[in-house]
This record gives sequence, C-alpha cells and structure tokens, in this order.
Amino acid sequence: MAQKAQPSGKRKREAESARNPQPEPRTRKSPFTSPRRMLTAPAGPGSAATPDALLVEGDDEDITALPDGEDATSMIEDQPEGDGYASSTPTSSLTWIAWFCSLPGHEYFCEVSEDFIEDDFNLTGLNILVPFWKEAMEMVLDVEPEDTLKIPDVSLVESSAELLYGLVHQRYILTRPGLQSMVEKYEAGHFGTCPRVYCQSCHVAPCGRSDLPGLDTVKLYCPNCHDIYTPPSSRFQGVDGAFFGTTFAHLMFQTYPELAPAPFCPSSSNSKFSPSRSPSVTPGTSSGNIQPSFINPNPHGGQKLPAGRVYTPKIYGFRVSERAKSGPRMQWLRMRPDSAAELDLVDWRGRWIANQSDDYDDESEGEGGPMENFDDDPAADDDDEEEEEEEDEQPAPPSAPSRSKGSSSAVRNWAINAWTPPALSVTAPQHSSSSQAPSALQKDAQAPDMSRPAPSPLAETDLPPPARSSISASLAKLALGPTAQYAAPGTEGKPILEHVWGRFGGAQAVR
Amino acid sequence: MSSLIRRPIVEDISTGSDSDYSNSWISWFLSSKGNEYFCEVEEDYILDRFNLTGLNTEVQSYSQALDLITDQLDEDIEDELRGSVEISARFLYGLIHARWIITSRGLAKMLEKYKKADFGRCPRVLCYSQPLLPIGLTDTPYEKAVKLYCPRCEDLYSPKSSRHGSIDGAYFGSTFPHMLFMVYPNMIPSKSTSDGKDDHHHRDRERSDKAPLGVGSVSTVAAATKAERYRPKIFGFHIHEVAKLQRWQDAVRDRQISQLEGLERGD
Repeated sequence: MAQKAQPSGKRKREAESARNPQPEPRTRKSPFTSPRRMLTAPAGPGSAATPDALLVEGDDEDITALPDGEDATSMIEDQPEGDGYASSTPTSSLTWIAWFCSLPGHEYFCEVSEDFIEDDFNLTGLNILVPFWKEAMEMVLDVEPEDTLKIPDVSLVESSAELLYGLVHQRYILTRPGLQSMVEKYEAGHFGTCPRVYCQSCHVAPCGRSDLPGLDTVKLYCPNCHDIYTPPSSRFQGVDGAFFGTTFAHLMFQTYPELAPAPFCPSSSNSKFSPSRSPSVTPGTSSGNIQPSFINPNPHGGQKLPAGRVYTPKIYGFRVSERAKSGPRMQWLRMRPDSAAELDLVDWRGRWIANQSDDYDDESEGEGGPMENFDDDPAADDDDEEEEEEEDEQPAPPSAPSRSKGSSSAVRNWAINAWTPPALSVTAPQHSSSSQAPSALQKDAQAPDMSRPAPSPLAETDLPPPARSSISASLAKLALGPTAQYAAPGTEGKPILEHVWGRFGGAQAVR
Repeated sequence: MSSLIRRPIVEDISTGSDSDYSNSWISWFLSSKGNEYFCEVEEDYILDRFNLTGLNTEVQSYSQALDLITDQLDEDIEDELRGSVEISARFLYGLIHARWIITSRGLAKMLEKYKKADFGRCPRVLCYSQPLLPIGLTDTPYEKAVKLYCPRCEDLYSPKSSRHGSIDGAYFGSTFPHMLFMVYPNMIPSKSTSDGKDDHHHRDRERSDKAPLGVGSVSTVAAATKAERYRPKIFGFHIHEVAKLQRWQDAVRDRQISQLEGLERGD
C-alpha cells in the first residue's frame, strides 16, 4: 500500500490487507474512518463501489461503535496544518485518493495529483455541480474539517467527494501528466481489451458519452474499430461516464499516435497477423513481404497497423449474398481502404469524387468544403471550372480540369514570383468581351487578345507572347485562388473575382 | 411404514457437478454449468444413424459415447474407460449439436433461446443490448472457440465468461446464425434503433412501394442507412482522421445501397 508522509490532520486508513479487527488508530476521525474500515472489507458481490452502498453491507458492530460525528472532536488531536505524523499505527495509511482508486470497480481511475486539485483554477465551475463543496474538498484532500457537527450525514459528503473527484479526474486526464498516467494504464491493459473478435484484443480506453454527470456509465472505446462498448464486468456499472469525459480517449490517441491504428489497412497484412505494436520504421522490407513496413502518410494520424479484418457471413462455406434479405448490410462499418489515398476519393460531404468521369454539372465535385481549401494550392481550382457561368461556357475537353490543375500549379508557383497586382487591374477593363473564353492555358491562340490591351505591365516580365497569356491566366487564377472560396451567396463556389471578371466580360482569366 | 423405493435410474451421474438426478444424460449435460449455449437435440434425431454420418471417424469410442448419450450405456464399465467415454460423449454431442441446430426443429429451439437472450447481449453500446447468437469460426473441431454473432452490427464478439470461452466453435458451426435469419427473416433486427426485432417491417412498409421485391417480402436494402455510429470528438470537435475514415465508410455504404436498390428495380 502507498505510504506517504502525511500531515497529522490526515486520516489514516487501513490497507485492504489489514482485516484485523483492531480498534481505530488513534489519529483517525471517527465519522469518516469507521465507514472506511468497513469499505476495505470485501464488498458484496457485484455491488457498486459507492461508499453508500458499501456502508449498508458492512459490519453493523463497527457502525455502532463510533456514532457519527459525536466523538469527532475528542479524536482530533492536532491542528489540520500541522506537520509530521501523529502517533503512527501499524497499518499503512492511504490518502483518500489512493484509497478511492483502489476500490473494486475503480480500476479505471488514475490518481489525480494533489496540486492539481488544490489549484482552484482547475476546479472552475465545479462548485455548482457538487453539493457540500467544502466538505467534499476536505475529504478528498484529507483535510480535517473544522466543523464536523454541521453535516448530519456522512454518506452525503462521501458521495459528494466521489462526484468531485470524478469531475476533477475528468479534467486531470486531459492534462499532460494525467494523460501520461493514463497511457501507462492503457498499455498495461488495465482497461481491458476490445470484445470484438477481429480487433484481436486491441486495448481499449475508458470514455463517457457525456461530460455531465448522472447520465450514463463509463464505456470503453476501441481505437481499432472506433466504437464504444460496455465494460464486461458489472462492477463498472457504478462508474459515471462523466468521470472520464468524452474527450479523453481521443485526445490520448491524438497525443500518442503510435498507439492508434491507421485508417487504412493494406490487404496483404489483413489476415491473421496481430497488429504490430511498433510502427513502420523497419526499412527495406517493403517489397511484398508478409509484413511490409507500414507507414501512415499522415504523421499526426494513427501509426499502428490496424486489425482490419471484416466478418463475412457464410452458409456451408458459401458467402451470403448481399442481395439476400439477411445478407450483409453492415460490413462498411468496419471496412478500411487499402491505402490512404483511397480515403481521398470521398469528399467532405461524403460523396464519391467522380474523378474518372466528367461530372461538370455536379457541384459537389469540389474536394473541399467552403473553407477547406483556404490557402491551399491548386487542388481547389476545380471549383473554378465547373460552374455554369453567364458569359462563359465550359470547355468541352474532360481532361481540362486535370490539365489545368496540373499546369496551373506549375505555373502558379512560377507566377507567384512574377505577380504584379497592378497588371491585373489594368488589364481587366481592357479585355474585350468574348462569350467564349476557353482556357487561355489551352488555347494559346487567344494570347494576342490578352496581351495586346496591356502590353506594358506584362512586358516587363519579359516573356514570349504565348506564355504571356498563360501567365496572365495564371496570375488571374492566382488572384482568384486564395479568394476562390469567398463566393457571394448564390454563386456557389464561384470566386468573387471571377464573378467580377465576368461582368467585365472577359474572363479568360477564369481558367 | 413406507419404504422409499428407489426407482432404478437408467443413467447414474458419474462426474456431474449436480447432485440431482437427471433423467437423461442430455438433460444433465444441458443443466451443467457452462453449457447454457447448447440446446436439446431430440432423441429421434440422434437415433437416426443417417444424421450421424461420418462422425464415427471423428470420435473415439464412438459407439460407447453414443450409447451414453442415448442412455443405453452398459453400466459396468471400468472407470478409466468411463472417463474417456464421457469426454467422447461431450464431443459427439457437440458435433451432433452443430448439425442439429441448422435443421428446422433445431432452429426453432435455438430461436427460443435467442429470444430469451440466453447467449448474452451485444457489448457494443449502439446495439442497445441486442441478443447474440453463438457461432463458430470454423466447422473443424479443436481449432477455435465459440464466438457470438450480433445480428445488428453483424460482427463477432468473444464471450465474456471464460467458461463459455472454452467451448469449441465447431459445436455450433459457422452457418447457424445466417441460416436462422434465412429461415426467420422477420427476426432480423433493425439496424437503426433500439427497438425489438420486428420493427424493420414498419420501416420497410414505407419503402416497400418504392422497392417492390416480391409478394409479401420487405426490403432490407436500406436497413443500414439509419444505423447509429459513434463519432469520436475532442471537446466537441470531430477528429479529422477518424471522420475521414467514417465518411469513406458511409460512402461505401451508400454505394452498396444504391447498387442494391438498382438491382431491385432492375429485375
């Protein structure tokens, strides 16, 4: 049991191993210690770990030996702030926190460091959730209460202390030291493993469904299947999910990505191999071996090889067709793509990106949401092409978007250096209106139209005429790029400048 | 003075953990602890040797084990032999059980157990305590232990208790849950809500005029659309990588649904 130097005001608790019926140690305060002693005795089967419940099951003789609150003052011998031990007892002493975490059913809790609790800033807002705040704080911090006669019922303070500790715990495990201690428990398997067969006993982390207490009990989150499960043992039915919160498990896997499985699963490693604990860094084994080196291209993502097998229902060895009524309908729930790139085939709305076919009228073809490509590079330029525009028609060739995308990216990088903003504003009004304004990048024949009205600013860049048009196009696109998403309502992804261009009737720059 | 006349018990309990006398070996076996997953195989099924085709090669001391199961075992047998016959009898009963539960009567018996949730409930939170069905990963004995199949999330779980975790999966076979739902399609649970088993009827009736499958059949094609998912969040914000994966999974689901609906309309 944990032994630590305690101020004399702290109550001493007996270790669970000490079942000897010795009388209370002299320094203990009666109303709080007598229930504690019973609580260290084995609880009834399957009971919740709340002190209240265990109070009922304890020995009755011990309760009557020490009436609640009556003799407390006689038992207190030292000032609460005094240092050093009071008269020591043979039994080891536990802090309330250590005792709380050692209760059956409380295996998921970690010990919150006391300076975290003592800092009132960390407890902002908890006093409205916790009744008997002061008394609960005193209990959790093992501080002698000055006025014990005010509280008629200890069990109220006990449950209040539990609530307080749980809510503090929810906040503490989001801090660095809290995450650290929880990660140690996670890797040691204190939280259990996923019950799903094909997760191959992946370790789980506790999580709650709500951050407010009193709603639901604690659940276990599996990072492999991204799902939550009820704990297998009924003794966790008394632990509130709010004591862990909705954030902790996911923050833990964000902070320690080597613990999290990746979102894709190469099919060669799908079958039968347990997920490798250490990531990818084995070099030179990537040539089609049984265990190729597994790297998640996203450095902030999960680095572990996932256990990605999905169950296929079979009858007499034949797969049940999905056309059958009882056929598989939920395989997508556990599926993973073969490679990270496949994840990009679905856009932010959850629709397939038709990058093979030319779905120009499909607006959702854009790869990002309204803000996703802010400051991004040319991938966003798809949005420029696909809308119907009042003056312009879409160029027919289906290869246009990919081509323009590629070429504009190349040109853009170059064009950034050569961009002269005044050139654009100068050239704009001088563009002759042409309803057909195919991409200047493709049709260099248009070059003369563009370059002639504004030879001077562009001439400074010292470029051949065909390139000039492409430059101006790319310049315009550069102007449009970062603002491409700031579309006016109703123009649905059309960049504002493009809209403006259009009014001037010469939006060759669109492409 | 009445003297207690003990009626001769056909089968004496050799290694049973119970002290009560069961009428038959089968009922004793089923009432043993840890055997809650098994259902009763009817006597005439066992007595019809055709149903046991091929088992004699798999089971040691086959005939004695069979006699033990059908309560026809000769009682004077040495103890060591009796121990191995007992083991063989359990093994044989398990293999017969695997064949029995996919017959129509066996399915009916297992259905009753399923309705009472004798096999446990799904640990997944969003399955809302869906009763499970036992299944084996393989039909070959001595390979894998029994697992539990959830018809709502269509996934396999390991049993909670270690006692059940030591039952051979071959005693149930890989076919059973799917055969059950082929035979009793009204027992297929809804993927979406926490309701009971038959409510997918109601949902599909709305759809059935849109997707007529045939006379008297309801379509389960779009069953998964309303399935609830757990979305991980940090301080209320979705997590990018997981959200991306889940979007991809949802898109796969939608694609499957549209394909199936197309098939339904097409033919």
